[in-house]
Amino acid sequence: MLQVDLQKRLGDFNLDVAFGIEDRGITALFGRSGAGKTTLVNMMAGLLRPDSGRLHIGGHTLFDSDAKINVRPERRRVGYVFQEGRLFPHLSVKANLLYGRRFAPKGERYQDAAQIIDLLGLGGLLARRPATLSGGEKQRVAIGRALLSEPRLLLMDEPLAALDAARKSEIMGHIERLRDVLGVPIVYVSHALEEVTRLADHMVLLADGGVVATGSAVDIMSRPDLSPHTGRHEAGALIETQVAGHDDFGLTELAFTGGVLRVAGLDLAAGTAVRARIRARDVAIATTRPSDLSILNVFPGRIAEMHPSGAAAMDLQLDIGVKLWARITARSAHELGLVPGREVFALVKSVAIDRHSLGLAQPPNRN
Amino acid sequence: MFALSALESEAVLLSLRVAFWSVLISLPVAIAVAWLLARKRFPGHLFLNGLVHLPLVVPPVVVGYLLLLLLGRNGAMGAWLWDWFGITVAFTWRGAAVASAVMAFPLMVRAIRLSLESVDIRLEAAARTLGAPPIWVFATVSLPLMAPGILTGTMLAFARGFGEFGATITFVSNIPGETRTLPIALYSLTQVPGGEGGALRLMILSIVIAMLALFASELLARRVRARLEG
Repeated sequence: MLQVDLQKRLGDFNLDVAFGIEDRGITALFGRSGAGKTTLVNMMAGLLRPDSGRLHIGGHTLFDSDAKINVRPERRRVGYVFQEGRLFPHLSVKANLLYGRRFAPKGERYQDAAQIIDLLGLGGLLARRPATLSGGEKQRVAIGRALLSEPRLLLMDEPLAALDAARKSEIMGHIERLRDVLGVPIVYVSHALEEVTRLADHMVLLADGGVVATGSAVDIMSRPDLSPHTGRHEAGALIETQVAGHDDFGLTELAFTGGVLRVAGLDLAAGTAVRARIRARDVAIATTRPSDLSILNVFPGRIAEMHPSGAAAMDLQLDIGVKLWARITARSAHELGLVPGREVFALVKSVAIDRHSLGLAQPPNRN
Repeated sequence: MFALSALESEAVLLSLRVAFWSVLISLPVAIAVAWLLARKRFPGHLFLNGLVHLPLVVPPVVVGYLLLLLLGRNGAMGAWLWDWFGITVAFTWRGAAVASAVMAFPLMVRAIRLSLESVDIRLEAAARTLGAPPIWVFATVSLPLMAPGILTGTMLAFARGFGEFGATITFVSNIPGETRTLPIALYSLTQVPGGEGGALRLMILSIVIAMLALFASELLARRVRARLEG
């Protein structure tokens, strides 16, 4: 378990967070700029001293103000991948990677340097200096360096913020593979929904120095009441699917509990797990099964809940086997006579689900 | 051609030896003081800063006289050194090295402090998260990144020590073969009738040596910088 209960006042900003999460997989620390994400991870790494509170990671107490415990950063065994990499400019890539190796206890060297170099595709860079690396290469080295110091927990503070879209996707693929292969728990700080959709298992939602919600990423991203924090226009549901096949028209079929979702073609083998985020504003409602319609994704279901959203909109939670959200106008809801419990059809445009909405694991050979 | 006389080579070698030892003994102290001034806030910070810079602003003869009072055989520290270690520095070449070190100290500290302040403390924080204790971080991250500043400081201090005159002659006097460094030898020649020729040779000699030192340090600095920037 990762148990966090920390307080810190910085000028006008007051951080007070408490949450407990399993130390497995990737936990996204999500929130807007200024929510206190970096302050929190700095306290977890021991780079910033909390005013009060407790911090336990995997049974180890790293900070406890009552017991006067404040473990030094070098003894915490908490790895940290910084937004800007922070590679040592005077050392080669290889020396950077191995910098923390000597400090890991001999009996606790689980990571195989050759495996990590291979997983991160660093084999050809070992003799280079950081100044000659591209942004994506630098971050890959930074991730490898942190992992080889044998951390019990790996913190990543917006490691993709400085990269272009292609590099982002590439590094996310690497992070997914590390998660699957190495089993080091990761706390991933981000304010980009796209990254969280793709990577996060758990999620801690931060706003104004406090925790708004904690839970599985799928649950939290599917809650419209949290959309002010996750992004109002991005409100929607996250659905776990599997690639079922590809049709003759270039579409990929994603199977889920409620049926088959057709999206623009994905270069993925059948069986691959894919997360699809369906935004509420991309879902329309029909009371009878529509015919003569261009929309391919039609899911029968039932209205579970209705919440007014703003002055003229209405958010409907639909049960189509999984939870789905639809945002329609209050006028339509009235004219169609929509009430909770009513059987309806949810309509989703295939083209509304672009690659930013899909958390797909990249094939390992595509860099 | 320009063959050195016995007196000249004696003065040059003595000056080189004095400058070398003055740099060697002051370098670790200068790094420590630069680190304190750059990284720590403590009561007496301003005072320490002033103390370090004092040799830059008071007349060298004042520094020399102060050293004589402190380190002379009957001085507070001088007596202690003599009683416990049997070492005396007053009126020896070692005293000349001490005088040079003190006079060059502010230049050395300033150069090293500047370079330390330009070291990104975020890199040091990163090294700590990788498990490295502070001393190790300093030795493997801060120090290598400070190398250009340390080099500059060393070169400045060497040049200053090589040419140190006022504090040296006050503290250790003008003893041939022991404390008659190149500048003091030059001064002595200007004080005797018929010494102009010798004074001129020593003047040219000191300019040549200074230029060589400058070239050497510049070449070295380029190599260090190239190494740092990969």
